[in-house]
Amino acid sequence: MLKSVPVAAKKPKLAFFSFTCCEGCQLMVLNCEEEFPGIIELVDIVNFREAMSLRSDDYDIAFVEGSISKKEEIKKLRAIRKNAKIVVALGACSSTGGLNCLKNRFPMEEVKKAVYGKDARHKPMDTIPARPIDSIVRVDHYIHGCPVTKEEFLSTLKAFLLGKTPDVPNHPVCVDCKMAGNICVFEKGLSCVGPVTRAGCKAVCVTYGCICWGCRGPVDDPNMNAHGETLERYGLTADGILKSFDLYGGYRIYKTGRPAGHDGPPAVLDGRKRHA
Amino acid sequence: MAHQPSSTAENAMHKSHGINVNEVTRVEGHGNIVINIKKGRIEELRLEIIESPRFFEAMLRGRRYDEAHHIMSRICGICAVSHTSASLKAIESAMGITISPQAMLLRKLAFCGETLQSHMLHLYFLVLPDFFGEGSIVPLMKSHRDMAAMGLGLKNLANEICAVVGGRHVHPISLVPGGVTHAPKRDELEKLRDRLAGSFKQLDRTLGLFSSFPVPEFRKDREFISLKARKGYAFYDGSPFSSKKDSIRPETYAKKIKEYAVPHSAAKHARTSRGTFMVGALARVNNNYSRLAPSAKKAAGRLGLKPLSTNPFMNNHAQIIECFHATEEAIGMITALLLTGPKPEGIGKPKGFGTGIGLVEAPRGTLYHEYAITKDGLVEKANCIIPTAQNLRSIEDDLRHYVPTILDRPKKEITAAVETLVRAYDPCISCATHIMNVKFV
Repeated sequence: MLKSVPVAAKKPKLAFFSFTCCEGCQLMVLNCEEEFPGIIELVDIVNFREAMSLRSDDYDIAFVEGSISKKEEIKKLRAIRKNAKIVVALGACSSTGGLNCLKNRFPMEEVKKAVYGKDARHKPMDTIPARPIDSIVRVDHYIHGCPVTKEEFLSTLKAFLLGKTPDVPNHPVCVDCKMAGNICVFEKGLSCVGPVTRAGCKAVCVTYGCICWGCRGPVDDPNMNAHGETLERYGLTADGILKSFDLYGGYRIYKTGRPAGHDGPPAVLDGRKRHA
Repeated sequence: MAHQPSSTAENAMHKSHGINVNEVTRVEGHGNIVINIKKGRIEELRLEIIESPRFFEAMLRGRRYDEAHHIMSRICGICAVSHTSASLKAIESAMGITISPQAMLLRKLAFCGETLQSHMLHLYFLVLPDFFGEGSIVPLMKSHRDMAAMGLGLKNLANEICAVVGGRHVHPISLVPGGVTHAPKRDELEKLRDRLAGSFKQLDRTLGLFSSFPVPEFRKDREFISLKARKGYAFYDGSPFSSKKDSIRPETYAKKIKEYAVPHSAAKHARTSRGTFMVGALARVNNNYSRLAPSAKKAAGRLGLKPLSTNPFMNNHAQIIECFHATEEAIGMITALLLTGPKPEGIGKPKGFGTGIGLVEAPRGTLYHEYAITKDGLVEKANCIIPTAQNLRSIEDDLRHYVPTILDRPKKEITAAVETLVRAYDPCISCATHIMNVKFV
């Protein structure tokens, strides 16, 4: 974790970079329409390819979205790490590998062929298994979520500007869900990875009628035994629900064969529904 | 082509340029423009797509049908509602799932929100700085405070539409196979309707602003492909239609649109039997002109856009026209929703399995998802045809025609003009690199 923030004194320079992703987390930043005029009074944005022509290698804080899935990206990411005082992983793809890691279930050559056929040999189609940025460089701070929330981006930025260490929520989604006043999805006959998933999202997916998909990854020390008991109580098997972890927990599963905090066998599919 | 070479064309004949725009800015995704001109002739021209391919169709295999929309939404943050919608339509068609009239209204309302959001982002954040010779909207927030604030306000309203229906704009939550899992509150909808009704004033000013900028004269005969609906303007509904006067059956779309890989692009190119074609706002306005809402038709008149407009720079204007239409349509849909509820509803259940197609008009053009679902409810195969991939060949073709007409200008100006043309297409490169399964049977 961050010990001191060297940028609080002067007007810090911010840079935004994007690797393999949908650019939705950058868009969440651009969606701070009301806050934008205020933000640019406090910081200089020197790199934001989606929205600006300016490009500079002189920056204090680098926000990096996207996972790494090409060899060229490794080199670029290392250069960013060298230039920046603080590197922030912006969003699920960057912080945990995100959905991109679903492709790691298959051999890369096969994946390329499935999409590009005989033309898979062309250079732009080169690919390596998708991974989070902290598998390549040191990361100072994580903003989780697919996509990140505006609020968490803004509170992180504010903390940096005040010279504080930003918070990373480390309680399960269930806490947020209770605070939102939602009916538990297990009571509705559905299953959910909220009990072991990192919160900070205000349980927005459950509030809008769905389940927690686990996009923020597991909390630091997930209580998988208790989660297993919950699942059993509702007639589910731990194996079954593990399948839903590989939506966002793919990188860990790719590396270790199982999701965080779980020492059981690799997952198999169960028949539970995801919507009422 | 109507463009007349300028009087300095003589000079242009002898010019040599190497133009390299690395990572074109203010577009969605990563692309380079490479143009090599020797003695007034283009030797080399390509729009290199260097975005990392993501292999969504391969990733989706073996996943449950009710995860597909969640996964495929992540193809693109900007047009997440479009990808979600195309995905849901494909799943629902494959599995015989029906949705309620209220769910249909809510989905279409979110769709209007996304169209507005994407167009506003393009017009204000990506295009507008070109007209002021600035690199981004940031300096405009100081030099043209009211104008920038207006753009931000319109974009904020568009996001709010998606948020009221789907929980958020980027990767909407409540849109699922069989319907919509959340019923917005009445007061949320009423507030939204009032804000939308009030936004026509800002749309008018936006139109005035953009019509004050010169549009480069550039005409080229071309085929426009978009959906066309039996009733209304085609955003969420409709069948593929070509401006060369024929309709295309959805089932044959993937065959009519021939995709092929090129060595310099992670996104495939596409052609029809007639060659290059264009999709997007201009194609839609051209093909659905008579279906435009009254305010949108008036806007088209003021902008001087009549079908068939073949100038790709007019795509920006077509987007403004669509903003009027989407706003009027959204108000109508909210009024209809308020008549009956909205009430919390259950969602439709799968009745079978098989192959299904979902077609929608994403902000950047016709979007095609096709899935095969097994009897266990798992995705066996997937194929997506993405708007920008369909436009890439057209962009390169246009550059090939356009660049020779501006060769007499200084290199810096040519570079800027070339970037402006590419930007007018509003390419979404991260979308375009998630294509396409050629082996779909």
